[in-house]
Amino acid sequence: MAATKHTLVALVEDKPGVLNRMASLFRRRGFNIESIAVGHSELPHLSRMTIVVDGATTMVEQVRKQLDKVVDVVKVSDISGDDMIARELALIKVYATSATRSEIIEIVDIFRANIVDVSPDSLTIEVTGDEDKVNSLLNLLRGFGIKEITRTGRVAMSRGTPGPLAGGGRTSRAKERKSS
Amino acid sequence: MKMSGAQILCESMVKEGVEVIFGFTGGVLLPLYDTFPQYPQLRHILVRHEQGAAHAADGYARATGKVGVCLATSGPGATNLVTGIANAYLDSSPMVAITGQVARPFIGRDAFQEIDITGITLPITKHNYLVPDTGSLARIVKEAFHLARSGRPGPVLIDIPRDVFVDEVEFHYPARVNLPGYKPTLEGHPAQVRKAVKLINEAHQPVIIAGRGVIISGAYDELKYLAETAQVPVITTLLGIGCFPESHVLSFGMLGMHGMAYANMAVSAADLIVAIGMRFDDRATARTSAFAPHARIIHIDIDPAEIGKNVRVDVPIVGDVKLVLKALNELVISSEHVAWVRQLDDWRQEHPSVEIRDSEGLLPQFVIRKIYEVTGGEAIVVTGVGQNQMWAAQHYWYNRPASLISSGGLGTMGFELPAAMGAKVGRPEDTVWCIAGDGGFQMTIQELATIVQEKIAVKVAILNNGYLGMVRQWQEMFYQRRYVATPLSGPDFIKIADAYGIPALRVTRREEVVPAVEQAMAEAGPFIIDFKIEPEENVYPMVPPGAAVAEVLEEPEKGVAVWPRRSTP
Repeated sequence: MAATKHTLVALVEDKPGVLNRMASLFRRRGFNIESIAVGHSELPHLSRMTIVVDGATTMVEQVRKQLDKVVDVVKVSDISGDDMIARELALIKVYATSATRSEIIEIVDIFRANIVDVSPDSLTIEVTGDEDKVNSLLNLLRGFGIKEITRTGRVAMSRGTPGPLAGGGRTSRAKERKSS
Repeated sequence: MKMSGAQILCESMVKEGVEVIFGFTGGVLLPLYDTFPQYPQLRHILVRHEQGAAHAADGYARATGKVGVCLATSGPGATNLVTGIANAYLDSSPMVAITGQVARPFIGRDAFQEIDITGITLPITKHNYLVPDTGSLARIVKEAFHLARSGRPGPVLIDIPRDVFVDEVEFHYPARVNLPGYKPTLEGHPAQVRKAVKLINEAHQPVIIAGRGVIISGAYDELKYLAETAQVPVITTLLGIGCFPESHVLSFGMLGMHGMAYANMAVSAADLIVAIGMRFDDRATARTSAFAPHARIIHIDIDPAEIGKNVRVDVPIVGDVKLVLKALNELVISSEHVAWVRQLDDWRQEHPSVEIRDSEGLLPQFVIRKIYEVTGGEAIVVTGVGQNQMWAAQHYWYNRPASLISSGGLGTMGFELPAAMGAKVGRPEDTVWCIAGDGGFQMTIQELATIVQEKIAVKVAILNNGYLGMVRQWQEMFYQRRYVATPLSGPDFIKIADAYGIPALRVTRREEVVPAVEQAMAEAGPFIIDFKIEPEENVYPMVPPGAAVAEVLEEPEKGVAVWPRRSTP
């Protein structure tokens, strides 16, 4: 992972238009977003988003503060400095013939990826890991001819004891703001 | 008791202390307007264009500190509010904009007068709502007013479908809001406050730059105490004018592109900037890389996203200006900066900036100064945007908070008349002067009908130079006097005034100015004066675009080429 990439985690209210509000903010302020992944959190009515920002092209602290101003955003943290777990899932459909199929399966095994669909001329592989792992697998598979790729973008959380976002999602943001 | 959505909206507004609504009716608003007669405590002012409603609500909000309310119908009514909402957003004006929407079954079908106004206003509102059902209306109104007036104020839009006005539910007004994602920080962090105090106590050449945040939080006394105790000269932004009395010995005017030369020089020479409730707008800082090169910067603002956005900051303090200043004032020690204040006074002598030269012709600066004298500096001045705005900022002296109302961030021509109308409605005991250019005045001129119908006694001074003056000035200075699309052939404003039934005078000579202004003041209702000023008069001092504040241009003799003059000490 490039050192300039920052991982922001946002807890947002599950309301219509919240993704639109955030996307509109990124566009309006000219923030360059590498990926954004959204899903339900452990708390009812709240979703958790993982946003990856390239710090080389975008002022990450401005992104965090501007996101924090969106009323539907309950909390945002930059967890890049934390000890974090970051994963991405990719589905890769690769050309496979009887001649190449076993070689592909071998590569997939090495990466502890899974074959989730087989057809006469292709294999679909599911891989989970950090971006480096996904990229390495992709590079190895490229030689066989890739038909289709879809990636989720990074999801991440801090390791160990509950991170700054846990605790009911009602934690005051004031603590963080004061140190800004 | 069951109530219709229309009644719930009115009840909720009454509970929020709304006194006046600037609005324009329309198809989907019929159920709401039909309810208004039940609520005589809500004064409705029928504007002539929805942009006027938004600016009037903004002007009302700035004059009173209360939330201004504007109302428009769906489709074009809603889109006509957009400029006024954006204007309020950029200047942090508390506003609730209410729009009608087509009935819920029609949404998304491109129905007649349907427009996605929540989508359109997403980037120019603090928050907005499309009301999903009548049961949510009271909660949403409560939240909207809370959001509009608290923290860093701003406009909030509520889009209400027609059938939501009609449906009936039990009315319960919530006692408090529940917005887990919205908790503005009010108290400054004590450690940051201590760091700031240390810098203030140790500074030799400190300067305070005070902005609109001081006015919004009502921190005049706290600012004055800090300035006087630590003997720190006070400079304001355009929107900060009035937050510190301009007659005070420590007041050194406005900074920025058309700020006083001595104010910009002070900022350039300072070793400490205490920025209070301001956001380092480019018109205030000029080239940011050359801004305050010798200074450490303390930045106090309620909006954490303003910290470090435009300039580097050494000690940020996020919080409400009044509370932060109170905390600072407890620790700051009394000091003297005699040599530094004397230095600023010397610069003011050498670079007077607001001196008015002798002239045969009618100078706009002279007009503003005479309005100042006749009103005793006690009027609320509402300006347009451009030369008229800068002359009004420079040549009228403001000793009261919120006595200058001007469109800063968006720079909206056409703001002046409707905003003046809103200010006068909010503060009926005050004299309100609308300082307009002949260009901007024509953008919202139709509100003259509103001020007559609603008996709103706004006094209008048109600084009529037959040009879009500020753009013409730039063409003169940077485009070799090629006046493309800036000359105005203008209407006869006296006949216009006559058509609206407003008494008016035309003034072409210096000696007519004071009697005309006195006559306007003596009139109980609105009055218009058309001042035929020098057509090619320029605004000075001026920091050219892209230059540093120290590279200020001062008034040259007319007819002599303008040259950049370095006046850094």
